Amino acid sequence: MKAFLILEDGTVFCGNSIGSDREVISEIVFNTSMTGYLEVLTDPSYAGQAVVMTYPLIGNYGICTEDMESDRPWPDGFIVRELSRIPSNFRSGDTIQNFLKNYDIPGICGIDTRALTKILREKGTMNGMITTHVYEDYAEPVMRMKNYRVTGVVKATSCKKKYIFDPLVSESSLSVDRKENRLQTCAGEGRKVALLDLGAKKNIARSLAKRGCKVTIYPGYTPAEEILAANPDGIMLSNGPGDPKENVEIIREIRKLYESNVPIFAICLGHQLMALATGADTYKLKYGHRGGNHPVKDLTTGRVYISSQNHGYAVNPESLNPQVATPAFVNVNDGTNEGLKYIGRNIFTVQFHPEACPGPRDSGYLFDRFIEMMGGNQ
Amino acid sequence: MAKNPDIKKVLVLGSGPIVIGQAAEFDYAGTQACRSLKEEGVQVVLLNSNPATIMTDKDIADRVYIEPLTVEVVEQLIRKEHPDSILPTLGGQAGLNLAMELEESGFLKENQVRLIGTTALTIKKAEDRELFKETMEKIGEPVASSDIVEDVEAGLKIAAEIGYPVVLRPAYTLGGSGGGIAKNPEECRETLENGLRLSRVGQVLVERCIAGWKEIEYEVMRDGAGNVITVCNMENIDPVGVHTGDSIVVAPSQTLGDKEYQMLRSSALNIITELGITGGCNVQYALNPDSFEYCVIEVNPRVSRSSALASKATGYPIAKVAAKIALGYTLDEIKNAVTKKTYACFEPMLDYCVVKMPRLPFDKFIRAKRTLGTQMKATGEVMSICTNFEGALMKAIRSLEQQVDSLFSNTSSSVSTEARANGYDFSGWEEEGLKRQLAKADDRRIWVIAEALRRGISCHEIHEITRVDRWFIDKLAILVEMEQTLKTEPLTEELLREAKRLEFPDRVISRLTGIPVQKVRDMRYDAGIRAAYKMVDTCAAEFAAETPYYYSCFDGSCEVEASSGKKKVLVLGSGPIRIGQGIEFDFCSVHSTWAFAREGYETIIVNNNPETVSTDFDIADKLYFEPLTPEDVESIVDVEKPTGAVVQFGGQTAIQLTEALMKMGVPILGTAAEDVDAAEDRERFDCILEQCQIPRPAGRTVFTAKEAKIAAEELGYPVLVRPSYVLGGQGMQICINDHDIDEFIGIINQIAQDHPILVDKYIVGKEIEVDAVCDGEDILIPGIMEHIERTGVHSGDSISVYPAPSITPAIEAKLVAYTEKLARALHVKGMINIQFIVAGEEVFIIEVNPRSSRTVPYISKVTGIPIVPLATQVICGHTLKELGYVPGLQKKSEYIAIKMPVFSFEKIRGADISLGPEMKSTGECLGIAKTFNEALYKAFEGAGIKLPRHKNMVITVRESEHEAVVEIARRFQKVGYRIFATRGTAKVLNANGVKALTVRKLEQESPNILDLILGHEIDLVIDIPQQGAERSHDGFVIRRNAIETGVHVLTSLDTAEALVTSLENRAKELLLVDIARVERR
Repeated sequence: MKAFLILEDGTVFCGNSIGSDREVISEIVFNTSMTGYLEVLTDPSYAGQAVVMTYPLIGNYGICTEDMESDRPWPDGFIVRELSRIPSNFRSGDTIQNFLKNYDIPGICGIDTRALTKILREKGTMNGMITTHVYEDYAEPVMRMKNYRVTGVVKATSCKKKYIFDPLVSESSLSVDRKENRLQTCAGEGRKVALLDLGAKKNIARSLAKRGCKVTIYPGYTPAEEILAANPDGIMLSNGPGDPKENVEIIREIRKLYESNVPIFAICLGHQLMALATGADTYKLKYGHRGGNHPVKDLTTGRVYISSQNHGYAVNPESLNPQVATPAFVNVNDGTNEGLKYIGRNIFTVQFHPEACPGPRDSGYLFDRFIEMMGGNQ
Repeated sequence: MAKNPDIKKVLVLGSGPIVIGQAAEFDYAGTQACRSLKEEGVQVVLLNSNPATIMTDKDIADRVYIEPLTVEVVEQLIRKEHPDSILPTLGGQAGLNLAMELEESGFLKENQVRLIGTTALTIKKAEDRELFKETMEKIGEPVASSDIVEDVEAGLKIAAEIGYPVVLRPAYTLGGSGGGIAKNPEECRETLENGLRLSRVGQVLVERCIAGWKEIEYEVMRDGAGNVITVCNMENIDPVGVHTGDSIVVAPSQTLGDKEYQMLRSSALNIITELGITGGCNVQYALNPDSFEYCVIEVNPRVSRSSALASKATGYPIAKVAAKIALGYTLDEIKNAVTKKTYACFEPMLDYCVVKMPRLPFDKFIRAKRTLGTQMKATGEVMSICTNFEGALMKAIRSLEQQVDSLFSNTSSSVSTEARANGYDFSGWEEEGLKRQLAKADDRRIWVIAEALRRGISCHEIHEITRVDRWFIDKLAILVEMEQTLKTEPLTEELLREAKRLEFPDRVISRLTGIPVQKVRDMRYDAGIRAAYKMVDTCAAEFAAETPYYYSCFDGSCEVEASSGKKKVLVLGSGPIRIGQGIEFDFCSVHSTWAFAREGYETIIVNNNPETVSTDFDIADKLYFEPLTPEDVESIVDVEKPTGAVVQFGGQTAIQLTEALMKMGVPILGTAAEDVDAAEDRERFDCILEQCQIPRPAGRTVFTAKEAKIAAEELGYPVLVRPSYVLGGQGMQICINDHDIDEFIGIINQIAQDHPILVDKYIVGKEIEVDAVCDGEDILIPGIMEHIERTGVHSGDSISVYPAPSITPAIEAKLVAYTEKLARALHVKGMINIQFIVAGEEVFIIEVNPRSSRTVPYISKVTGIPIVPLATQVICGHTLKELGYVPGLQKKSEYIAIKMPVFSFEKIRGADISLGPEMKSTGECLGIAKTFNEALYKAFEGAGIKLPRHKNMVITVRESEHEAVVEIARRFQKVGYRIFATRGTAKVLNANGVKALTVRKLEQESPNILDLILGHEIDLVIDIPQQGAERSHDGFVIRRNAIETGVHVLTSLDTAEALVTSLENRAKELLLVDIARVERR
């Protein structure tokens, strides 16, 4: 079936429908990872957005359910050049075509994704519509697109009830990496970590569990008092979707966490919210960073690490109060802020994704640093 | 960290002559690195014995030495030039081994020269099998269970413990020389004996066989601060067991999930970190397709063929960055030269698919075994880029120039099924035969798979037999299905669009649909189905890039920027490196491009060879990485609308596009298309010769074997038979009787069916070669070259001497006069290459090529005349006089230069090594000196012929040469050789006072000649075979066995005489010549 991707600037791409054929309006963003489409699809940070994969051949290794970063796919739409006709991998349980259909995700294939990416790069992230409906006149849908805002996505993606992370559920994935596995003390007998789920990827909890932590996952809207009352050794603020400034209530709670003396490690949205909670400002990037090749420099050591990234907003380093926080990491490509260390606090936060999945695992050592901040494994 | 200020003068080691396993990629890497060093104000001293390289130009390095790559020469050079550092990681295994020897002997320390780029310890850790294994075990990286052995018995014991089959890998060899898979103790013994001898350190690794696993490679980089990145990963379509150089390779990997991709990536980064490499490194893995189990196969702590491929596949200039790292820069300080916005510290993201295919020499060695294994056999490769895998594969196939343009090869049904299979056509095969063929890994495997799919053999069954991943087989199935659809369904616009998306050429669509090709093309243009060009930008369009490096696709919009308004020239490259068309033509293409740029042209290069300098992103104003077929070139012409195209620098590949370009309305710059044709067309050329009154060996143009036999009868045997329009004497043979003609015409018909066949009288004489530049009026002849071997040996396989040592002034005058007459008659504008025979006082012409030739680079270097730039200026309308040249034959250089061919026979099982009119050498080296004898000595040294070792030799010559061999044998005896000879030869030698021991013939009981050769006590075999097809099988067996045991074999008495001359005149101390200081006289 024919499908169309219409951008709010009026550009129309014609391709074929994949997944669901329902019409959807969303914010269109591109991801440059060459592998890891399933991890991208199940990353809650994409809630409210439709993802363009710049790598043209998608679905080659099918669907390996254990690689899902949450229980379901989150993007509103999926935009690719080509879907593989057959999946080929020893772990594959399904095809990507079925996966998209089963979760009712609309998508389009057979379009010039590079041309689309260039538009987004030049004009910045914009809204668009994936539809199988043939419009005579684009004025009306364009108007609807212009009104679209990504809202309420943290609430939508965060868990509804507190629970204790059970690493055995994802044991097969743990066995993937022999090396990291060797570091594993017995999961659940180490430090007690409270993970505030703002739309968290599973591998954050998994990375902590691998290091022996007992991880309790809290809904994003949990009051700080409740978390602190459980007396955790450390608090982890997760990644998540949307405009950080929208989360006014959560920011207020995070301020309280900041005031406590519990060690805190935050990733992506968590990093932005901590910055906002402590008086700094965030802004929207022209087209964001989404991919697995971004170089970030650790300003303490001068070392550069290749990181996995997925963010449309960034902390404005100009807005930092040097008495509160100073940059810890910077993006080598465009100089944007990639991490903060907080003065006089046992807190550090990063914009990128040390939990990888998809992408490079080079910055996984930051979880070890967090363990150290909590006093190391007992 | 910034640049180390102590590094001021760096010695860069090149890789020497092109051989299988070490080809043009090192010229590419070396050239890029030298430019990168010079950019930083560092003085570069270059050593490479290969004159056909760009790195040995004075524009690239400050001091250039084209000298043998031996320890003695490097030591002497270091004492002469006093470099403070040596960069050994860019010259392949040859450069690395040399540097290691110097380091181990303490010479570098003594002379205060440091190794930069990497340390000796690092090289050792990566290259020494035992140390490597220990290192990997230390960091928990799995290697296949294995052990190092130093003798055969230990090897057999280990093999029995590990269990057969086992893989045997000699340490420190090129392209896996001497290695292989052994299925039983007999094979194991044989390979071990060979491998132990070939290994520099006498070690062979016996390893668990992991054949059938996926073979994956990672190209990684590390700087002195410990920052690490992955440039690219690649997946071999052939599973482990086929050398990666012979595999079809795809980038990035296609069948790996993120978990597998990251697992291996992390492993590669751990390895480069542990080894402490500063620069580039290649890590090869075997990955179990049914689990996460993997093992490290090999690590190359240097730039390599794979790193050249990764550079071209991603746009990331590995060698350039490696050179900067060697100077002390860190990755985050080095700009990304492609985007000019980001830094070298990032990982390239591809938004396209890259396919590399090997160029194998089985068209040259038609009797060689086509089986592919752990020993590399390819001489070169092509790369292609597309938005989908199928398209990239289709483009790669037609880039190979192997008379096949798709998976659908329909050769003439008049030839045998076996002959058709040689032409990739398996349609006549039985299903059982096909299945058996599927199990064999050879260069035709994808065609066999395609045929199996056509017969309905299931994807699953093909996978079970071949272990090729289902994903790739399904892609081949998509191509086969498209064939069927085109055959059976009407050609709608939609179908045409899809066929083009999969990169079916118009010709193939025409063949399948039965619609004339012109009509297919018209339909396509009417429907607006045109190739669009996308940029290779290292970052999947995330950042705007400034480097115009393009590939085509049919499913997107065109990104090519509007023209600059300047005059525009299309420079057509020479495609894959193959025997007969080597790196020389890339040298010419690049120099011509630079010269056009200086003339104010916008330059556009079209080429498909990832190993070359011409496809580096900053050589031309624009680079199109595309097949060199008329249709692909026309698509570029449609977009670029060039002022003209130049075809005379890209070898026969470019010349063959002349007619097509004319039809597209693109003016040919330089010699006009019709004159190119006049030189190539036998009858037209004969007319011209007649007009000029220049004699040539009598000859005929024929189309069938019958006509050929009649012609031969008239001319008298022996005759030379060859197809027209080929390079490197492909298909050329000396025939001594009708039987030979029948056999050769059969072979010729497989390779060039559309063109006539030439039958010439074979004249014995001296071969002379001339390159000249003509401006339409005046002619400049830089020099005259003479071949050591008489006619009958292809010029590319002959030792070529400049200036010609044995011609009289009268002959010289004749040669010059003929050259001038011909150049004028052909209205040459630019380059011309002429080959002559001198027999007594007579001069015959054998061949005229209206283009640049193989000898141009070396003649440029020894005479100091920049021939290619000069020819380019002439093409642009300048006259020789206004450029400051006095026309005519130029003064002789103060140096004598001898070009020595280098062969890769030991790599190609079953190939006959005897020299003849068909070219067989893969590369060349140069000896340059003030005297003939020193130049000759250097040339032999450079070619790796280091004698004597045991001072034993074998002579076996055909009867007609008995007389001639006596004096040569006497001279060998005088320099201390003990001579063994077969009965006939021995008798003659002894009768003439040369002591020769008689050795039994092959068919006689042991010990016979073969035992003697296999006993490894022989330095040299002189074997002069019979001419014609009826070559004795014995001679073949002897030559093969000698080559495979590392014994030098000469099949021409002329070469033997040159060698003994060289041995008689061994120089104690060589005089090293800085080519950069050679000025034109």
